[in-house]
Amino acid sequence: MKGKAADYLILDEISGTYHENPEQVVRDDVEKHYWLHVGRTILKDWRLYVMLIPTILVFLFWRYLPMYELLGSFKVSDEVKPVSQQFFAGFSYFKTLLVGGTGLSTEFWRALRNTFLLSFYGLCFGFPMPIILALFFNEVRSNIARSVYQVLTYLPKFMSTVVMTSLVTMLVKQGSDIRGIGIVSQFLVKIGLLSQEVADAGLLNNPSFFRAIYQISGIWEEAGYGSIVFFAAIIAISPTSYEAAQIDGANKMAQMRYVVLPSILSTIVIMLITRIGSLLNIGYEKVLLLYNPNTYVTADVVSTFAQRYGLAGAAKGIASAAEMMNNVIGMLLVIGANTIARKASNVSLY
Amino acid sequence: MKRKLEISELIFKIISYTLLTVFALGCLYPFLYAVSASVSGRHAVEYGEVILFPKDVQFQAFKQMFNDNMFWNSYSNTLFLTCYGTIWALGVSILGAYALSKKRLLFRKFFNFYLVFTMWFSAGIVPQYLNYLATKDVFNSVGIVDDKWLVVIAMGMAAMNIILLRNAFENVPSEIEEAAIVDGASEFQVLGKVFIPMSKSTIATVALFFAISRWNGYFWARQMISNQNEHPLQVFIRLRLEQYTDPEFMAGWNEVFASDSVIYALIVCSIVPILIIYPFIQKYFAKGVNAGGVKE
Repeated sequence: MKGKAADYLILDEISGTYHENPEQVVRDDVEKHYWLHVGRTILKDWRLYVMLIPTILVFLFWRYLPMYELLGSFKVSDEVKPVSQQFFAGFSYFKTLLVGGTGLSTEFWRALRNTFLLSFYGLCFGFPMPIILALFFNEVRSNIARSVYQVLTYLPKFMSTVVMTSLVTMLVKQGSDIRGIGIVSQFLVKIGLLSQEVADAGLLNNPSFFRAIYQISGIWEEAGYGSIVFFAAIIAISPTSYEAAQIDGANKMAQMRYVVLPSILSTIVIMLITRIGSLLNIGYEKVLLLYNPNTYVTADVVSTFAQRYGLAGAAKGIASAAEMMNNVIGMLLVIGANTIARKASNVSLY
Repeated sequence: MKRKLEISELIFKIISYTLLTVFALGCLYPFLYAVSASVSGRHAVEYGEVILFPKDVQFQAFKQMFNDNMFWNSYSNTLFLTCYGTIWALGVSILGAYALSKKRLLFRKFFNFYLVFTMWFSAGIVPQYLNYLATKDVFNSVGIVDDKWLVVIAMGMAAMNIILLRNAFENVPSEIEEAAIVDGASEFQVLGKVFIPMSKSTIATVALFFAISRWNGYFWARQMISNQNEHPLQVFIRLRLEQYTDPEFMAGWNEVFASDSVIYALIVCSIVPILIIYPFIQKYFAKGVNAGGVKE
């Protein structure tokens, strides 16, 4: 600890001698016995620290130790040796992925692009839906009717990813001479949005439909549940605000514009920032369950890329290098978003 | 207050009711279709003649599924994972969150960061997989050969849930805690008799989150559980879907019901228990969303 001379010694003007600053003596003492103090405090409250141990251990073993395995992305993959004894490969995996000009690097860039695009389209189409739904819920004056609407729209959220993707697979399944196509494909053909041949080949086998299927099933699953937050913000608006607006002659649209939207704006901003922060953290289960080799062009995301090469294949180093890059960028986005949220609204997300 | 609706208001109301109805029916339709298709005859399902109501009703698909031992096995495995997984995760989280909620805890900032960092950065699938493999070896060496326990203990912990609980505990008035301490309650008694009863609804919400993530868990269960008899329901459904949509398998199918009906029946059976408890858990579900995240 650096200090001014006066912190340590004080000149006694009468006798002309220096003596020790008593405050500094105390400070020194505290510093010297800091760990003793820590030990005493921990001993006094030992029960608290014992309670904390399971949490610390669980996170250490299954969240932090995997990060140690990330070393594998700098080392030559070796099935037998543990990661600490493998040879260093430097940044060669990262190089292969980023600039290699090989099939792998093209696939990696495609996966990164798909990850971003899937989230980005989710932001464009999936994000506004809950807000619109909440505005509509607000129009339903009868409590019973509203509850019915809400229950029906929350319902899909209760399916697991596996059940949801199974249903989607069945609803748009391919047809053949002896079997008809899925009921949703049938409907789309009937209203003329789809040609019979395309539907027969199966929508999930067609790369140009993957993103649409992903987003629409996402809206189906999430919109109702996501509207809860916005609806809570809307019903918190005091009725007097509406009355004041009405007296000032505001019609419905003007009320929306000047009463409702400003009141839920902070919620929208926070949700939007969170969403932007998690642009690269896409749930891999859903993609994994919906995609197939025919649709890798538009469906393959970084996690599934890593799963294919690292778990199903043997290129563990390449796979973890790919995911590490994705997750580091993702982390920077989250931290950035959180900082902006704190600056903008004094609310931190974590 | 009754008053005449203005034109713009009326139009907006009509639009909202129409779109809401369309969307709500759209949400519901796939489920209704799944139910109808699971009990319809083979020809009707295969040629897409089932639109909304079942046709040529049969219950053979359900019967075949109920006679399948693997189905009941997977169901009981899922119940096992959900029960024990939730108890374990909730227990660990409550203890950790209680300690973290105390201002007098030393290095509190560090411990908070320790949790929050895992929300920002995850090592990724491959390192996690290698880590689980190592864990599996450790478990095997101490005599736990059931992979189910690996899934119960190692997976499904979430920093977000601990933070939710911590926030709830921080909101318990300190006077009540002090009163309990004056009455001679120990730390564990304070937690059990004061904090847990006073944050019941948050605990219920968090328990629900844990239970849902356990019930829905698929990817790691499939990766880590090698014994087929220990697969949970989600893995079972997926394996059946992969098997039953295989063209060769379908070509060799000669039952009175369509192979698709079995898949629909499975889907129906996996949703029904959730629908039954849905009315009871709905309010906690909604509460969790609003409590989610924003704090500090």
